[in-house]
Order: sequence, then C-alpha cells, then structure tokens
Amino acid sequence: MADKITREEVEHVARLARLEFSPAEVDALTGQMDTILAHVEQLNELDTEGVEPTSHAVTLENAFRPDAVTHSIGVDKALKNAPLHADGCFGVPKVIE
Amino acid sequence: MELTDLTLHEMIRQLREGEITSVALTEASLARIDATDKNLNAFITICRDEAIEAARAADARLAQGDAPMLTGVPVALKDIFITEGIRTTCASKILASFIPPYDGTAVRKLKELGAVIVGKLNMDEFAMGSSNENSAHGPVRNPWNVDRVPGGSSGGSAACVAARQVPASLGTDTGGSIRQPASHCGVVGLKPTYGRVSRYGVVAFASSLDQVGPLARNVRDCGIMLQAVAGYDPADSTSVDTPVPDYLAGLEGGVKGMKIGLPQEYFVSGLDPEVKHAVDQVVEVYRSMGAEVVEVSLPHTRYAVSCYYLIATAEASSNLARYDGVRFGERVDPGKGLKDMYTATRSQGFGDEVKRRIMLGTYALSSGYYDAYYLKAQKVRTLIRNDFLAAFEEVDCILTPVAPTPAFALGDKTADPLQMYLSDIFTLSANLAGICGMSLPCGRAEDGLPIGFQLLGKPFAEADLLRTGYAYEQTQEWHTARPVI
Repeated sequence: MADKITREEVEHVARLARLEFSPAEVDALTGQMDTILAHVEQLNELDTEGVEPTSHAVTLENAFRPDAVTHSIGVDKALKNAPLHADGCFGVPKVIE
Repeated sequence: MELTDLTLHEMIRQLREGEITSVALTEASLARIDATDKNLNAFITICRDEAIEAARAADARLAQGDAPMLTGVPVALKDIFITEGIRTTCASKILASFIPPYDGTAVRKLKELGAVIVGKLNMDEFAMGSSNENSAHGPVRNPWNVDRVPGGSSGGSAACVAARQVPASLGTDTGGSIRQPASHCGVVGLKPTYGRVSRYGVVAFASSLDQVGPLARNVRDCGIMLQAVAGYDPADSTSVDTPVPDYLAGLEGGVKGMKIGLPQEYFVSGLDPEVKHAVDQVVEVYRSMGAEVVEVSLPHTRYAVSCYYLIATAEASSNLARYDGVRFGERVDPGKGLKDMYTATRSQGFGDEVKRRIMLGTYALSSGYYDAYYLKAQKVRTLIRNDFLAAFEEVDCILTPVAPTPAFALGDKTADPLQMYLSDIFTLSANLAGICGMSLPCGRAEDGLPIGFQLLGKPFAEADLLRTGYAYEQTQEWHTARPVI
C-alpha cells in the first residue's frame, strides 16, 4: 500500500494542531493515520461531479435575533474557570518575544 | 421488588398518587449506585446533597398538587451536559475541574420539570469512542458481563439504566453513541432528528452530527424523556422551529398497514449470526402484527464510515481548538511563552483517541487536502442522505441491526482504531442523514449479552419510531430482564 502520510507530515499536522508527540508516538500515529487514510480513499470510487456538499442535514438559514441586550453570565462568572486572571481579564504567558 | 425496579412512568404515577416519595426514590437510587458502581464505574460525579435537596423540594411540590411531569424522579446525565455549579469533565483530564457557570437547555428543562439529577455519567472522552474505554476516569463496564464493554460513547448513560441505578438518563449521539450502548446494555435509546433537541450547553464534538437523546428501560419512558427536552431553542441556531407533537398520544396506535424497509446493505457478511437471527425474529413479529416488510436499498452504506470519520474529525479538530488553557480547563505552562503553553496544555490534557481525531481532522482540513478529503466527504454525505430520502418515499421506517456483534471484550479493539470505527457501521448513517433512530432490545446472545435492533425514521418522525417500537415491545419481555450486578 502506498504511504498516504509520512512522519514529517504527521509532525507538521501536530504543529498545526498545537500537539506534541514523542518519536514513538509519531511512529504509531503515522501507521494508524496511514491505515485510516487508505480506508477513506474508497470515497474516490464515487463520482461526485456536480453533487452539492452537505454541511448540515437540515437546511439552515441565518438565525437572526433583535439587536437587544439580553442576559449574559457576566465577567465574574466568565472568569471563574480561568487558570489565571487579573483585573477582569484572562491571564496568559508572555506573547511578544 | 425494590424502588429502583420501578420504571420511569411507574415512578411518575406512584409519586403523584402519594404511594412513594421522591426522597425515598432518590435515596434508593443513591444506595443502588453505592452498591453497584464500584463494579460498573458508570458515574464520574455523584450529586448526593444536591439530589436529596431537590427531592425534598419535589416532595413539597407534589404535596401542593401542581407538580410538572418529571417532579421527583431521579435521572442522570452524561458528563457532556454542562451543569451549573456541578463539575463537568467530558471524561477528559483537560476539564478535570471545570465547574460550569450555567445550565445547558436540556438540563434546565429537566430541572424545570422537577427531575432530580443524581449525577454525571462516565463516557468516552469528548464522546469519541465506541466502547467507553477512552475515559480519563477509566472504562465503564457492561452490567450484563463486567468483562465486556457497555458500548460508547454514552456508556455510562446506558449502563446506569440497565443496572437500575436510575430509570432514565440523557446521552448524546454523534455516530451511534446513544443507540449502540443502549443495544449493548439491553435498554432503549433514541437519537432524535438533528435539530429536535437543543445542543446549547452540550460540549461540542462534531456540531453537524451531535444530537441529544434519552435512554430508558422502555419505549414509553424514552418518549417521556424526549417530550421533556425536545423543542426549538433560540440559543441553538441549529435547533429547528417545528412543533413538538405529544409523543405519548399515538403510542398505542400499532403498526397495521405500516411499511417497514429492510436495507439489504445492512445484512451482509460481518454481521454476527446471533445478531442476524435476533433481527430476523423482529421482522417476523412485525409481519405478524400486520406490518408490510419490504426490501429497500441504501446503496452508499459502505461509504458511511469513511465519510463520517472525515467529517466528524474535521469538526472535532475545529471544536476542540478552544481547549487552550486560557479561559477554562486545565493549563500546563512550561514557562516558555504562549505557544508552548498551548501545546503542553493540549498534549497533556487530551487522551490518545482525542488527539488521534484532532490529528485526522486537522489533516483533512489542511491546505492542499481540504478538497480531497473534507469536501469529498461532504459530497458523499449528500449521496447518503439522498439514499434515505429515496427509501422513505417507499417505506415509513427502516429496520436494521444496531451493531454488527454483541458487546465485545474490554481491550479487544483498543489497539486498532479502524476496527473500532467500523463497529459503528450501522448507526452513523443516521447522523450523516440527520434522521432519527432508536435502539430496542430484541434478544440475548448465547453468552447472555443483549442484542438490539434499530428503527430509523423520517426527519421529525420520532412519534412514528416510538409507536413502532412500542408495538414490538408489547409482545416481548427483553426489556424487563434485569442483569445480576
């Protein structure tokens, strides 16, 4: 079976997803993703030329509501689960190097 | 007979007639959990004090005589439903100490109707799994045989009902996560039509597929629970503003003259002979009750697993981007800046299956692969949905197995993700098509494990499913069997 995905690609995707793996984990993931991607390759048996994609099974329309202030949970509750907060803001590590 | 042997509708009646109290019922439920959950591990959090307090309030309300439908009955929720003031983990380390600041809509509705929430149920982490082995809190075990999986991802929701810890629970179903564990545990589980129940306050896995639904010991009780949570919600822009019928009104209408379709593609090699036999028997029961059973074709069935695992992982990778250690959830900060904090938080917070799906989804959505994988899957989704719409021109509902085999052993499929994914083959098409489906017990394998069958219905035809399922259930005793646990 032709390789669908390489170690390097797995490492690249991991960076995009903000995940890191040990070399052994990258090996295992490469094999598993390769098997799964080889399986999903079967979709190419189907001619989907001209078929509209379905994003939701139920046809959705924009859901509008009046532009009015409604109930919200407020700053204190919103911050309560934050690992770090100060002065009504979320706290994060240094952003600018 | 113990109080916990009562079904949901029996509890409701006896509470109203003053034969029992909610405090007694709730204490019995908590005692049953204490006695059985060391073996089952169905609960992540038990809300003992809150439950007793709610039960006292329920008894006062019942004494006044104006109590709403579910007043006083103990129920439990998959730990994916956010609950104000009660820890909600989604069975993930990354939400290990998350205390939500508000109730989701389904939870609010249950509380308004007087239900007593006794606890939060174990599940596969972020609802990703078919065996409940992907939980940071350890696997749930099957009440019929603790060496077997209960199914997933709503494994706790099915096991707690089967083991009579509570009469009913809520789960979520993205690719079979209500119906498959219901089948493996011998209870009834219903996945409503996409948009029927609000997803507001339900931790998102794959937003175009996720749907909330009930699990209970019989069809009537599932109908009662669906009635409680169904309906349009302005807070969920994908909920559908179509009237909610009275699900119990037509329950006893029978199936005479009804047309039931058997999709030939579901009765193929790989289907366990005992499962096939049990489902064949169901067909005979329906024929004997005057239903017409005909073959239908759902020609794209064999592509459903591929289609599903591209769409579900793509949506998951996007939804789970929010777990970054900033606004809620755990943070792991190696002290080397923001990016490293994100990466350390996510790498240590997520379990293996969740990471695998984020990786697959990120890959499927990444530059250069989007058209080949995600867009292609969305087009195949259209073909799968059209299969069902065409079949429903011919028949009123569709009858299939739920899972290819009875519950497998713990550890059997954990090493091979693709084999685990393939075990969802009969359930995930309904999520892709957005239609409703229900799993009901219909037999027992030689080793005693429950077998279920599935009814699939037209969009928003939950009442048809309930009536069809109820007619079968009245002729059987599978749903009254009690596991020894």
